[in-house]
Amino acid sequence: MSRPGLVLEVDERTPPILVHEGEGFRLERFPLGTRVIYPPDSLPGLRDVTGRIRDALLHPLGSEPLPELLHSGMRLTIVFDDLSLPLPPMRAPDVRQRVIEQVLEMAASAGVDDVELIAGNALHRRMTPAEIKHIVGERVFDSFWPDKLRNHDAEDPEDLKSLGQTRHGEDVEINRRAAESDLIVYVNINLVAMNGGAKSVAVGLASYKSLRHHHNVHTLRHSRSFNDPPNSAMHHSYDRMHALLSESVRVFHVECTLNNDQFPSPFEFLNKREWEWTLKDQAKFLAAKRANDVAPAGARHRVWQGMRAPYGVTGVTAGATDVVHERTLAAVHRQQLTEVHGQSDVLMLGLPYLCPYNVNSVMNPILVYSLGLGYYFNMYRNKPLVREGGALIMYHPMKSEFHPLHHPSYIDFYEEVLTQTTDPATIETKFEEQYATDPWYVHLYRNSYAYHGVHPFYMWYWGAHARAHLGDVICVGADRRVAARLGFRAASTLADALEMAGETVGRSPSLTYLHTPPMTLADVR
Amino acid sequence: MILALEYHRSPARYLAAARLPGRLRPAAVPSLAPLRLSHRQPPGKPGPGWVRLRTVLSGICGSDLAMAAGKVSPYLGPLTSMPFVPGHEVVAELLDDAGDMPAGTRVVIDPVLPCRARGTGPCEPCASGHANRCDHVNAGRISSGLQTGFCADTGGGWSERLVAHTSQLHRVPESLPSERAVLSEPLACAVRSVRRIDVPRGTSIVVVGAGTVGLLTVLALRELTPAGPITVIARHAGQRRRARALGATETIDPSAALRGLRRITGGSLVRPELGPGYLLGGADIVVECTGGEGLDTALRLVRAGGTVLLSGMPSKPTDLTPAWFRELNIVGSYASRGADDFQAAIDLASHDALDGFVDSVYPLTRWRDALSHALSAGRSGSVKIAFAPQNGAGPQNGAAAAALNGDSTDHLDREGAVE
Repeated sequence: MSRPGLVLEVDERTPPILVHEGEGFRLERFPLGTRVIYPPDSLPGLRDVTGRIRDALLHPLGSEPLPELLHSGMRLTIVFDDLSLPLPPMRAPDVRQRVIEQVLEMAASAGVDDVELIAGNALHRRMTPAEIKHIVGERVFDSFWPDKLRNHDAEDPEDLKSLGQTRHGEDVEINRRAAESDLIVYVNINLVAMNGGAKSVAVGLASYKSLRHHHNVHTLRHSRSFNDPPNSAMHHSYDRMHALLSESVRVFHVECTLNNDQFPSPFEFLNKREWEWTLKDQAKFLAAKRANDVAPAGARHRVWQGMRAPYGVTGVTAGATDVVHERTLAAVHRQQLTEVHGQSDVLMLGLPYLCPYNVNSVMNPILVYSLGLGYYFNMYRNKPLVREGGALIMYHPMKSEFHPLHHPSYIDFYEEVLTQTTDPATIETKFEEQYATDPWYVHLYRNSYAYHGVHPFYMWYWGAHARAHLGDVICVGADRRVAARLGFRAASTLADALEMAGETVGRSPSLTYLHTPPMTLADVR
Repeated sequence: MILALEYHRSPARYLAAARLPGRLRPAAVPSLAPLRLSHRQPPGKPGPGWVRLRTVLSGICGSDLAMAAGKVSPYLGPLTSMPFVPGHEVVAELLDDAGDMPAGTRVVIDPVLPCRARGTGPCEPCASGHANRCDHVNAGRISSGLQTGFCADTGGGWSERLVAHTSQLHRVPESLPSERAVLSEPLACAVRSVRRIDVPRGTSIVVVGAGTVGLLTVLALRELTPAGPITVIARHAGQRRRARALGATETIDPSAALRGLRRITGGSLVRPELGPGYLLGGADIVVECTGGEGLDTALRLVRAGGTVLLSGMPSKPTDLTPAWFRELNIVGSYASRGADDFQAAIDLASHDALDGFVDSVYPLTRWRDALSHALSAGRSGSVKIAFAPQNGAGPQNGAAAAALNGDSTDHLDREGAVE
C-alpha cells in the first residue's frame, strides 16, 4: 500500500528540500512554516503488463471487445501519442509499443490488411525515425515505416478532412486517413489529468483551423485549471469536438497510466522525500550535484536529455473514450493528488530541465514560461495554490537559448513579439495569424523538424490564466534580461526573491512549495 | 595665420590606428591618427572663379573617421594630396563676392572638385553632367583631391579659412540655421543615392546602418520616392527612435536582422555550415550605409534580382557570391551630382525630424574630444558632431550651435591649440 500525498510544514528539524532548476538542482532551506506538497508514493507497477493489455482489449469498457470490431476489408488506423509524453521518455519498451503490438496481432488474426499508424503530433514537430522507433518498437517500425507509419501533417490539405462544426461553431478538421477509417484505435499515455480522453483525437490529429477554437487566450483564461477537466473550458471544447467526430468515425481508446518513478537509478533520490534519504542517497546526491555543477554545458545537457524513466505501468484501460478516461483520471489522481487546505500568498516552484516540447531539444525561455505559468501553476483542482494577487517564485536559470531547428518561430516570437508586448490578448490579435500562416514556418513544420509557427503563441496562452491571477512573478537564478523580456523579475537567492515579493504580499506571507517533479496535483480545499 | 587641423602622411600612425580593436577606437584613435593642430597660412585662391571663405560649422563625416582610424581603402590614396585639412561638410561665410552672392553670404559647399574647378577642359563625365564622376580629380590647377577636405590646396572645413570655386557654392536661406545647413552635404549624398535607383511605388527597402548616412537616406527615401516599407537595421536605441521619426516602418537590431527581415518580407532563411545565413526572399532594395560589414549583410538580405545600393564608403572585402547567384544589381552612389541634388538637400534640411541632429559642436582646440565623441556617437545617442572653428569655448549643445547662424565670433581661445 503506497502512502498518500503529504503536506509538510517546515520546522527546525526539516532538512533542506530539493529544488529543480533547469539542468541542475539544489537543496534549499525554506523559511519556517513553509508548506511543502509531496505527491503520494510511487504506486507499484503492474507485474503482467502484457496480460493487462490483453485483458483490457478483450474486456473493454463501454464497447465490444476489440476483436469484434476488426474484420477483413476494413480500414484500421492506430494513432499514438508523440514524444511529448511521457516526461522523461519511458525506458524501452514503451508501453505504447506493447499495446500497438497486441492490437496489430488481433488485426492480423481478423484479416485486416489496411492498417496505418499515425503519430498524434498535431502542431508539434515531426518525430525523427529514431524517436518513432523508440515509441513503437523495432518490430512495428520495420514493418510499417515509412509508408504506413508516419507523423500527422496538420498542413497537408490533401490529408485533412472537415467533419463539420460543433454547436458552438467550432471547426472539426482532422487527419483524413483517420477520419475515413472504419476504426481508430488511439493509444495514449496519461501523464497528467489534462491529457487523454476527448483531447486525444480532437487535438492530436487536428489542424490549426480546428485547434484555434480551444488553444486561445479566452479559453485558457477560463480553464481553471486545465488539469481539472470539469472546470476547464478547453476540455469542454474537446468534448464537443469529440462528440462530433464520433458521429463520423468510431474511436476505440486505450489509455495507460504510469507511476511516479521518473528518474533512473543514479538519480532515484530525486523521487524520494528528503528526510528519508539513506546515506547512499546522500552520497549519490553529492556526487551527482558536484558532477553536474562542474560538467561542461554540452555534456550536462546530454546526460539530462538522455535520461529514460523506469516507469511502472499502473493501469491500462480500453473501450469507449468517456468511460475509459473516467477510469484513467481516477488512476492519475491516485498517483498524483494531494489534498491541500487553503491558498497561500506565495507559491514556489522548481522548474526542471524538461517540458513536453523540448524532448531531445533545448528549453528556451518561452518554454520555461509555459512550464511555470502554464503546466505547473495549473497543477491544481478547485482553486490555485496561490491566492489571487499573490506571488510566484520560480527557480530556473532561464537562459536565452533556442534550438534553431526545432523552435524557429520561437526565436522570432522572442525577438519580435515579446519586445513589443507580453499581453496574451494583444499578442493573439496582432501576431497569431501572421505566424500561423507564415509559409516558411509551414515549410519547416512539414519538411524539417520544427514546431508549427503558431506553437509559441500557444505556450504564451498557456500562462494566460496565471498572468491574470498573479500579482508578481520572480525567478531565482534567472538571467535578468531574459526574465525582464518575459515580464518577470529576477532574484539571486530565495531571500532576495521573498524580499522582492514583500512589495506584493507583505512581509510575513504564507508560503507553499510544490515539490515536483515527480508529478503532484494539488487538490486545494 | 589661421588655426587648422591637418591630416599628414604617417604610415606608422595610420597602421597603428587601423589595428585598434573596435572598443578602443573612441579612446585611442584621436591619439594615434595622423592629425595635428597647426597655425598655417590661409590657402590662396588657385585661380579665377575661386573665393575665400570663413568656416562657420564643419561636420565630422564617417569617411573622416574612417580616415583617422586607418580604415580607408588604399584605392583612394592617389586621389588625395597631403597634408590636407579635412572637412567637406561645410557651412561658411563668403569673404569675397561670388557672382550674385556678396561677401558675408552664408553658403554650403558641394565638395566635389571637378573639371570646372580645376580649370581643365571638361572630361566626358563632366560634359554629361556627372561632375561627381570626374576623370580629372588628379589634374588641373589644384593638387589631387577627390573633394574639398582631401586636397592640399583648398583647405577644408576643419580650419578657420578655406577656398572654394564659385561653382561649388550654394546659398543658405536666411531661415535655415547653420546647424541644419551643415547637414546639406550628407543630405545631398542621400538625395543622390535615392536618385541613382528606380524606386517603384511600394518597393520594400532595407537600410543597413543608422548613422548620419543611414538616417538621412531614410528621410530622402520617404520624401523623394514612393517607397513602401522601409526597414532600418540599427544597433542603438537612439538610432532606432530617430529612424522611426524619419519614416522607417520597422527597425531591427543587427543581431536579429536576418530573422527580423524574413518575418517582414517573407521567404526563408538559409544557414550555411560556415558563415552567416541569408534569405531566399528578402527586400527589393537594400541600401548599405555603414561603410563596413553592412555590405555583406546587404547582399544576404536582398531578394533575387534586387538592388544593393552602396551609400557608405566601402572599407572591407566582401563575399560577392550572392551577387552572382542571385543576379543582384550593385549600384554605387558617390557624393552628389550638383545643383539639383544640393537644392533638394537644402530643402530637406529644414525637416522637423532633423531637430537635434547636430547636438555637439566643438572648437578645433578640442579636436580629440570631438573625434572621440564622433567615434562613439551611436552609443552616446548623438548623430552628427561638428567643429565651429571660429569658436574657442568648449563643446556646445544644439541650442548654442543654433546661435552660430551667421554670427560667428572671431575671438578665439587658442590656449593649448598648437601641438
